[in-house]
Amino acid sequence: MEMMSGAAMVVRALKDAGVKHVFGYPGGSVLDIYDALYVQDDVEHILVRHEQAAAHMADGYARSTGKTGTVLVTSGPGATNTLTGIATAYMDSIPMVVLSGQVPTMHIGEDAFQETDMIGCSRPIVKHSFLVKRAVDIPAAIAKAYHIANTGRPGPVVVDLPKDIVNPLEEHPYVFPENVQLRSYNPTLKGHSKQIKKAIDVIKGAKRPVMYVGGGAVACDASDAVTKFAEILGCPVTSTLMGLGAFSGVHEQSVGMLGMHGTFEANKTMHNADCIIALGARFDDRVTNNVAKFCPNATIVHVDIDPTSISKTIAAHVPVVGSIDVVLEQFFEKLEGFDSKAHKENLADWWQQINQWRAKKCLEYKLDNDQIKPQQVVQALYKHTQGDAFITSDVGQHQMFAALYYPFAKPRRWINSGGAGTMGFGFPAAMGVKIAHPDAVVACVTGDGSIQMNIQELATCLQYNIPVKIISINNRALGMVRQWQDMIYKGRHSHSYMDSLPDFVKLAEAYGHIGIQVDKPEELDDAMARCFAEKDRLVFMDIRVDQNEHVYPMQIKYGSMDDMRLSKTERT
Amino acid sequence: MRRILSVLMENEPGALSRLVGVFSQRGYNVDTLCVAPVDDGSLSRLTITTHGDDKAIEQMTKQMNKLIDVLKVSDLTDGPHIERELMLVKVATKHETARAEVKRNVDIFRAQIVDVSTNNYSIQIAGTSDKLDAFLESVSQIGEVIEASRSGVCGIARGDKALRP
Ligand SMILES: Cc1ncc(C[n+]2csc(CCOP(=O)(O)OP(=O)(O)O)c2C)c(N)n1
Ligand SMILES: [Mg+2]
Repeated sequence: MEMMSGAAMVVRALKDAGVKHVFGYPGGSVLDIYDALYVQDDVEHILVRHEQAAAHMADGYARSTGKTGTVLVTSGPGATNTLTGIATAYMDSIPMVVLSGQVPTMHIGEDAFQETDMIGCSRPIVKHSFLVKRAVDIPAAIAKAYHIANTGRPGPVVVDLPKDIVNPLEEHPYVFPENVQLRSYNPTLKGHSKQIKKAIDVIKGAKRPVMYVGGGAVACDASDAVTKFAEILGCPVTSTLMGLGAFSGVHEQSVGMLGMHGTFEANKTMHNADCIIALGARFDDRVTNNVAKFCPNATIVHVDIDPTSISKTIAAHVPVVGSIDVVLEQFFEKLEGFDSKAHKENLADWWQQINQWRAKKCLEYKLDNDQIKPQQVVQALYKHTQGDAFITSDVGQHQMFAALYYPFAKPRRWINSGGAGTMGFGFPAAMGVKIAHPDAVVACVTGDGSIQMNIQELATCLQYNIPVKIISINNRALGMVRQWQDMIYKGRHSHSYMDSLPDFVKLAEAYGHIGIQVDKPEELDDAMARCFAEKDRLVFMDIRVDQNEHVYPMQIKYGSMDDMRLSKTERT
Repeated sequence: MRRILSVLMENEPGALSRLVGVFSQRGYNVDTLCVAPVDDGSLSRLTITTHGDDKAIEQMTKQMNKLIDVLKVSDLTDGPHIERELMLVKVATKHETARAEVKRNVDIFRAQIVDVSTNNYSIQIAGTSDKLDAFLESVSQIGEVIEASRSGVCGIARGDKALRP
């Protein structure tokens, strides 16, 4: 049996769990682990500038690959700095393992220097957590952490490591379990056969069906199966903010994103459907609008791996607990011999109706000669990346513009904080994506507010040469807040104005990168071209846009799904 | 509606706080909670009494099941079951009539006097929560109830049904 110190075990167990990159920041309680990192090169460590960013990087890494992201931080403030990142990952079901240092076991509870109860602090925002009390338990705890993080409904797992158990002077036997078995944890992957049959019966009988696809379809890589299913049925498909790309946004059956800022056609289709096939979506409040008025004529088939997501807000008529990829295979079996052509003909009226809604062209906007429109920026980005980049985003108007004006053809290309809505997520997430995909084009669509929430990571990008593109849609305002204030608070812009913005070009240059400022519509195209021509450099695009633009469509509070404002003057 | 939920979970540090956390985090009610290790000591069995409509109870059950440490959750109130609560109560018995009257009540309720001192009796009683309430009500008419300590409900299903790992 191999003997090694607890610190060496941590690093070795990461390697044995298949970890290639760790995002972290050192401190007292993890110095022994950092020393163990120093003497090997199986696991690469990326030194961030703030622990929150480490968590978002690991998150972006995970979202773009499907692999678990890893974070290593010290106890106390190092650990608590990751909490926003953990919450962000938790809300969007992202596999992540956070290793946090802890004070020595004999000092736990004594309010020792840099002691915080990380297990307690993180409890409501983790899938699970471990406080490891003996060195010999380290490999099993780490193996379990990765197993739990990336099976079933994925999520973040915290492993708290007291300093005494990683003592480099004491050696213990190292055994990394080949298989992790937990008697109390066995996620259901396969749908119950009775429910599968019921679901198919309902789906076959539907005259106005719609598929409503969420992040769950991305999480289990069910994109091909979702597409196949949609094509067999010939029905419209709408995606949640988290599901974009699981079904191609440029597919003729796509009606785009649904919900608060969903397209007119998506929300209309949902509201008028007689059958909603929800795949890995959770009927959250940013989708349903007023639940009492939600899709009054729809029979709901809800497939999800997490039973708690089913009938939580909207009661499902046919609940199916299982993983989307597996359940869709079960559906295909049941659909053998199904007359797809005849079925599609039956949907002709439905499509005619949908095409009328589409004809409304709800995403059209007016260009301006003097000012750049934010929508225009996203469309230019689409053009200059051939619609095939990894796009991360922050939170605000720019996020919604990106989601609406950059149709994603592939899963894992659209990376944003959907559930938590965490400003400051986009830039570090983009860095994590770029580290996972060094040859890919990675751009972060951000705002003048959000980018300042993790801007310190410009230094990390220089240190490790992480040439992401920052597309900052600068409206000199907390635009989304301002939009609500325009709509609800009679235009009283209470603290939504970003006075004294820095010179972002100089700032980028100060960190050793390229900065480009654009404020004229006619310069946008060339500037974008320059940005993406700089393949090996980080480029910060400070694009000054019209401050008064609003995101539309927008659902009207307390209304049904299809009660929407379509512009500043028009509503449904 | 009042429900009795039985939970089997790993007897791990932090497991109980995670379970209780689900209740506080999601705004569910805990009326009583009774917990102790069972089997080989690697498992804990909890009995929780709570109230809520069917939808709330369904979510509660699912949310508990979702915890990694939880093996099984069962709603005892779904079927025939046995529920018991234990109470220790100290009643002032300052004069002879009070002592006699308390003793009479103890016999009627099939309770037991487990400690006696000059000024009070300590009484043990087991039964349904209703019975314990009734006993308390009754003795409080005779003398001051100095203190009462209740275990919370624990329960099992009747017949062949059982909650096992
Ligand atoms: C950490 C955090 N704090 C506050 C908010 C609330 N919030 C949502 S959008 C927004 C404004 C974002 O401004 P900016 O990044 O400039 O984007 P814009 O809406 O202007 O495009 C704010 C403050 C949030 N989502 N996250
Ligand atoms: Mg802004």
